[in-house]
Amino acid sequence: MTSSVKLGNATGAHEAPVNVGQALSRMFDSKPFLWTIASLTLLFGAWEIAGLIPISIAFPTFSSTLVAFAQMVVDGSMVYAYFLTLQPLLLGVAVSAALGISLGIFMGLSRKAEWLIAPVFIVLQAAPMAALVPLVTFVYGIGLTAKTLAVIMLALPVIVLNSYKAVRHVNPSLVDMCRSFQGTRLQQIVKIIIPDASPVMFAGLRLGIAAGFIGVMLAELLITPTGVGDLITYHRSVANYAHMYAAVASIIVVSTVSLAGLQSFEARFLRPEKRKR
Amino acid sequence: MQLSAIPAVQPSAPVTSNDPVVQVRSICKTYGDIEALRNIDLEFSRGKLTTLLGPSGCGKTTLLKIIAGLVPANSGEIRVNGRAVTGPGPERAFVFQDFALMPWATVMRNVAFGLELRGVNAAERKRVATRYIEEVGLAGFEEKYPHELSGGMRQRVGIARAFAVNADVLLLDEPFSAVDEQNRRKFQEDLLRLVDLEKKTFIFVTHSIEEAVYVSDRIVLLSPRPGRISQVIDPKIDRSASPDDIRRDPGYLDTVEEIWDGLRHYVD
Amino acid sequence: MNIFGYRIPMMASLLVWAVLWEIVGRLDLIFLIPPMTSIIETGVHLVQTSSWQKASIITLRSFGIGMSLAIGVGVPLGILMGRFKAVDNIMGLWVNMFVSAPLSALVPVLMILFGLGETTVVVTVFLFAVWIIVLDARAGVMQVPTSLLEMGRSYGANGWVLFTKIILLSALPEILAGIRIGLIRGVKGVVIGQILVSIIGYGELFELFSRSFEMESFWALTLILFVVAMLLSAFVETFEKRIEYYAGAR
Repeated sequence: MTSSVKLGNATGAHEAPVNVGQALSRMFDSKPFLWTIASLTLLFGAWEIAGLIPISIAFPTFSSTLVAFAQMVVDGSMVYAYFLTLQPLLLGVAVSAALGISLGIFMGLSRKAEWLIAPVFIVLQAAPMAALVPLVTFVYGIGLTAKTLAVIMLALPVIVLNSYKAVRHVNPSLVDMCRSFQGTRLQQIVKIIIPDASPVMFAGLRLGIAAGFIGVMLAELLITPTGVGDLITYHRSVANYAHMYAAVASIIVVSTVSLAGLQSFEARFLRPEKRKR
Repeated sequence: MQLSAIPAVQPSAPVTSNDPVVQVRSICKTYGDIEALRNIDLEFSRGKLTTLLGPSGCGKTTLLKIIAGLVPANSGEIRVNGRAVTGPGPERAFVFQDFALMPWATVMRNVAFGLELRGVNAAERKRVATRYIEEVGLAGFEEKYPHELSGGMRQRVGIARAFAVNADVLLLDEPFSAVDEQNRRKFQEDLLRLVDLEKKTFIFVTHSIEEAVYVSDRIVLLSPRPGRISQVIDPKIDRSASPDDIRRDPGYLDTVEEIWDGLRHYVD
Repeated sequence: MNIFGYRIPMMASLLVWAVLWEIVGRLDLIFLIPPMTSIIETGVHLVQTSSWQKASIITLRSFGIGMSLAIGVGVPLGILMGRFKAVDNIMGLWVNMFVSAPLSALVPVLMILFGLGETTVVVTVFLFAVWIIVLDARAGVMQVPTSLLEMGRSYGANGWVLFTKIILLSALPEILAGIRIGLIRGVKGVVIGQILVSIIGYGELFELFSRSFEMESFWALTLILFVVAMLLSAFVETFEKRIEYYAGAR
C-alpha cells in the first residue's frame, strides 16, 4: 500500500504535475478511507451551510446538532431513551427470528405448509403493515408488549419469506450428495440445508431488523410516547430542534451500525468461504 | 482394434466377466412425456472401469443416478452384490459433476463427510480422511476451504470423499467436465492409477470420446431419445504403457474413430 | 399443491384463511375481529362515501408524485453512480445507510419542515422508495457485460449511442426490479407518512375509525390497501417478466 503511494508521488514529482484532478483521484484510490471522509464532510458541510442560512427556522446546523447530542448523552436522557427503545426491539427481533426462521424452514420443507402459509406472508410483506400498528393498543395498551408486537408485525414477514426462499433454493446437488452417503432426513436438514440456506436467512434477518427499527419508532411516535420516539416528540414540542435532530440522527446511525455489525459478524464467524485471506 | 490385441494387465485382480457387482435389469425411466431410458440391461464387472458414453440427452446421467438410488426408475431393477437397490447404500459412492462440496467446510470435513454421517468418531474420521487426501495428492490442503482450491483440486476432494467411505462401487458423473484440459489429462492418468490401486468397480459417465477410450475397460454407448444401449465396446489397450504411448496407440485411435462413426449421426 | 390430482393454486389458501377469519368473527371472541363478510359489506359501503373517495385521491396523488420524484431522481443517480466512480464513492455510503434506515423516525422532522400536509407525505414516499431504486439502477449499470460494451465499440458505437442502446437497455431489468421494490416501499411510505401526520387521506380515516372503534371500516380500509398493494406489485412483476425474456440471454 505504502509503496504504491510513494511511486505515485515520485512520478508526480519528476514529470510535470499532470493535473490536480488526476493526482487527487490517484491519492483517493490508494486510500479508500479518504472517500469516506470526503463523503461525510460533503454531507455534513451541506447540512451546516443549510443550517446557517437557515433554510428553515426548524433546521439547526450540524454543529449545534452535534452539541445537542453530546448534551443528551451527558445528562443521561439519551442513554435512558435507548434503554427503553432497545428492549422491545431486541425482544421483537428475537421472537421474529426464532419464529420466522423455524416457520420458513417448515414451509421450505413441506409443500402443504408452503401452500397454506406462504401466501399469507407474501401478502403481509407486500402490504403496509404499519396501518395495523394502532390496533395493537386496543389489546395490549401502551406497554412493552404493544411495542414488541409492533416490531414483530413489521419484522416477521420478511424473515419468514427469506428463510423459506433460502430453503427452497438450497443447492440440490449438495442434498443429493448427502442422500448418496445415506444421510438421514435430520442430518440433511441440520448439516446441509440450514448451513447452505443461512446466507439468505441472514439477509432476511438484516431486513427484519431494519423493519423492526421502523416498527419500534412507529410505535413510539404513534402509540406509546417513550424512548427515542418520546425524545423526538418532546424536543419537537418545545422547539428544541437541535435536540430533536440529534435524536433522529442517532437512531438512524444506531440502526446502520447494528446492521453493519451483524453483517461483519456473519462474515467473520459463519462464512469461512467469504473471508478474505 | 485387433492390431494391438494385448490384453489388459490386471494381475492382482482375478476378474471374470461373469462376476457382476452391479446388474441393471430392464430399467425404464420417463420424465413427464419424455422417455429418458428404455429397457436398459447391463452388467458391470468387479474391479473394472465401465464408461457410459453418449450425446447429451441420452440419459447417461439419469442411469447413473438410478444406479446410485438417487432417482427412482419407473420400472426395472438394480442389483448391487445381488441385492436389489431401493435407495442410496453404503456399497456405492457418488462423485458429482459440480463437485457438491460444502463451501462452509474445510477439505478435511468435506472428505470425512460420509463418515461423519455414519457416526464415525472424530479421530477415526481424521485418520481415514488424511489417508485419502494424501492419496489424491492434496496433502497440506486439509484446512483449506473449497473456494481456495482450483477446479481440479476441488474434484480431487470429491473423489477422496467417495473413497473415504470404502464403497465397492464408485459412480462418477462427468467428474472432469468442469476441469480445464491440462488438469483433465492429469486426472485421467491419476484415475487409472487409482483404479489399479483401489480395486474397486468404477462406473463413469462422460461425453468425451477420448476420455472414455483412455480410461475405460468397457464402453457402453447410449443413443438418445429414448436412451437405449446402442453398442458395447471393449477397447484393447495396453494400460501398462506410459500415458503418451497409450494416446498414440493405434488401438486407442481406432476405437475413438469407431465410436465417433457410431455417434456422428446424432450430431448435426 | 395437488389435491386428488388437481393442482390448487397457492394463493387459494387465502380463502381458507378468510373462512377461518369468518368463523372467528362469528364466534364474537374479540371485538377486534368482526366477521369477514361484514368487513366486505362495510367496504362496499365505504367506497361509495365521499370521504373515502377524497382520501383515496389525496393518497394516490401523494403516492404518484412521491414515486415519480423517486424514479426521476433515483434512476439517474443510480446510473451516475454506476458509471462514475467518484459519484459512487461520495454517495455510496449515504445510499446504503438510508436504504435500511428507520425512516419512520425522520417523519417528525419532515412534519416540522414541510408542515402537516401532503408535502410531508410526498417526501416520505420519496424517501422510502428512492434508495432501493438508486441501488438497483447502479447494480444494473455496473453489471453490463464487458463483452457487450466491446461489441458496441467495435461496431462503432460510442458516447451517447453506446449509453442509450447498450448500457441503458442492458440495465433495464435491474432498473425495473428496483422500481418494483420501490413501489412496494412507497406504499408503506404513504401509509406511514399519513398515519403519523394523521390529518389527511387514509391516515385521517384510520385515526377516525380506530378512535370510534369502527372495526369493520378499519379492516375494510386495510383490506383495500392490502389488495391495492398486492395488485400493484403483481402488475409490475408481470411487466418485469416480459422484460426478463431477454435478460435471461445476456
